[in-house]
Amino acid sequence: MMTNTGNKDTRSGFGAGLYELGSLNPAVVALCADLTGSVKMEKFAETYPQRFFQCGIAEANMMGVAAGMALSGLIPFVGTFAEFATGRVYDQVRQSICYSQANVKIAASHAGITLGEDGATHQTMEDLALARVLPNMTVINPCDYNQTRLATLAAASWDGPLYLRFGRPSVPNFTPVDGPFKIGEAWMIHPGEDVTILATGHMVWEALEAVKILAEKGIRAELINIHTLKPLDEKAIIDSARKTGAVVTAEEHLLAGGLGELVAGLLSRHFPVPMRMVAMNDGFGQSGTPRELMDHYGLNAASIVNKVCELR
Amino acid sequence: MNPTIHHPVPDLITQIRRDIIRMVAAAKSGHPGGSLSSADFLTILFAEFLKQDPAQWKRDGKGMDMFFLSIGHVSPLFYSLLARMGYFPVQELATFRKLGSRLQGHPSIEYGLPGVHVASGSLGQGLSVACGAALSKSLAGDPHKVYVLIGDGESEEGQIWEAAMFASHYKIGNLTAITDWNGQQIDGPVNEVAGVGDLVAKWSAFGWRVLECDGHDHNAIRTTFNRSLEPGDKPVMILMHTQMGQGVDFMTGSHLWHGKAPSAEQEALALAQLPETLGDF
Repeated sequence: MMTNTGNKDTRSGFGAGLYELGSLNPAVVALCADLTGSVKMEKFAETYPQRFFQCGIAEANMMGVAAGMALSGLIPFVGTFAEFATGRVYDQVRQSICYSQANVKIAASHAGITLGEDGATHQTMEDLALARVLPNMTVINPCDYNQTRLATLAAASWDGPLYLRFGRPSVPNFTPVDGPFKIGEAWMIHPGEDVTILATGHMVWEALEAVKILAEKGIRAELINIHTLKPLDEKAIIDSARKTGAVVTAEEHLLAGGLGELVAGLLSRHFPVPMRMVAMNDGFGQSGTPRELMDHYGLNAASIVNKVCELR
Repeated sequence: MNPTIHHPVPDLITQIRRDIIRMVAAAKSGHPGGSLSSADFLTILFAEFLKQDPAQWKRDGKGMDMFFLSIGHVSPLFYSLLARMGYFPVQELATFRKLGSRLQGHPSIEYGLPGVHVASGSLGQGLSVACGAALSKSLAGDPHKVYVLIGDGESEEGQIWEAAMFASHYKIGNLTAITDWNGQQIDGPVNEVAGVGDLVAKWSAFGWRVLECDGHDHNAIRTTFNRSLEPGDKPVMILMHTQMGQGVDFMTGSHLWHGKAPSAEQEALALAQLPETLGDF
């Protein structure tokens, strides 16, 4: 079982990956809307000033500029908060990027309830739903620093619009520095027989904790990391559901349109099994520390354990 | 092969206006008003200034001038112009807005139509995209220019002014934007609907080099495009004073023809004013 090698923020994994891409791929450029430090673009910006474009607080224009750069052959990484990368610019992303098949990488930081104290204006809990329903969009929600770095590197080599979601708080960094990570391939973290737990983003660590608690209860849970929501690794999910006959999903996102509903839709078509979903119910968040908020809204290991027990 | 290049520009423009009416009438939908108002200057841009070889056109625009249509609803003009300039067969104009056509109601790249770099139709986005393309050319050391056509009604969109700030901030001197200032939008005259006001003062205040032109005077259009080529580090805005529906008397100057197809009788009346010059599609 994996162990925490020290807490780190996932946004810094993005910043590290972007900085590496600066030397690995000369086509990579970066754009930011007055949040360079917040989304950890500063090292790239300082090292490659000719390839960094400060766009000011004008996200709609930034998405269009990125589209124009992408269709000209560059690989733009566009950085802002997840709320402003989806809700604020939905139509720009839809028309100029997705419908135009522009190879833009949307780096969406400060996603989810763990944005914390800033409150609900900035805590998007609906961004995965918004991103994944867009045709041509690839959607990735990595779970820790190492995986976010690998996802960033992989995004540059991936052809097409891509939404990369990550967060602000320091959370356990537990995945191996070299992965495995491949876009569209679910990662079997821990095989088991009795129940499948499918977790994404910050909830993967919570799910790991849940697996340990369940083991003490004699329940052998299988844990799969769904870092890519689109394209979804359907085979991995169906195979696991066949094996265990019960599925619990876990995500830091609204129930509406998130991983749980995605998996429910898939399994209802192919192999229906009893399911439970750990997600946030309809509503907006509030101010608090990330940990307080995760616990308040039931986005934690205890909730995963409870949902597993409901299925038995 | 580009047979149209040998035709006089006035004949080309008349045929394009005729195509616009016939396409919209056949589709029983579409946007004739702005297509007709932009026809003179856009045809002259393509025929005499845009450094593009239709046979060599590619979507990344490398090594050539690029043109972006932000007001995607004037697709009848755009498609007719592209076809008449040799980007794709003229006969394809008959498929406009039909199921399975590359000539979507608003321009799309999904079906690989030559001449189209980006989808447009939802307003306000093309200027930003053109900024990105122009910056890419600068980064690559490509000396070619980027052109974009926007509308006066479209300039009610906030994103236009975000892009206006961005372009002057980054000194995007290889970008020329054109506003079709026809003064009309769907709901009525622009200055009654929302009032974009003094576009000369606005674009100047945003740090652009502003040129004004009678958008139906062919020699004035040529003079203005030539002036826009003078080097500088300011983006250029050409404000083209035009009449919506230009070329068809009962459509001229009225917002009612922004997005409406003529009836069969109206089509006949319009075509009587636009003689066939290059052969109908």
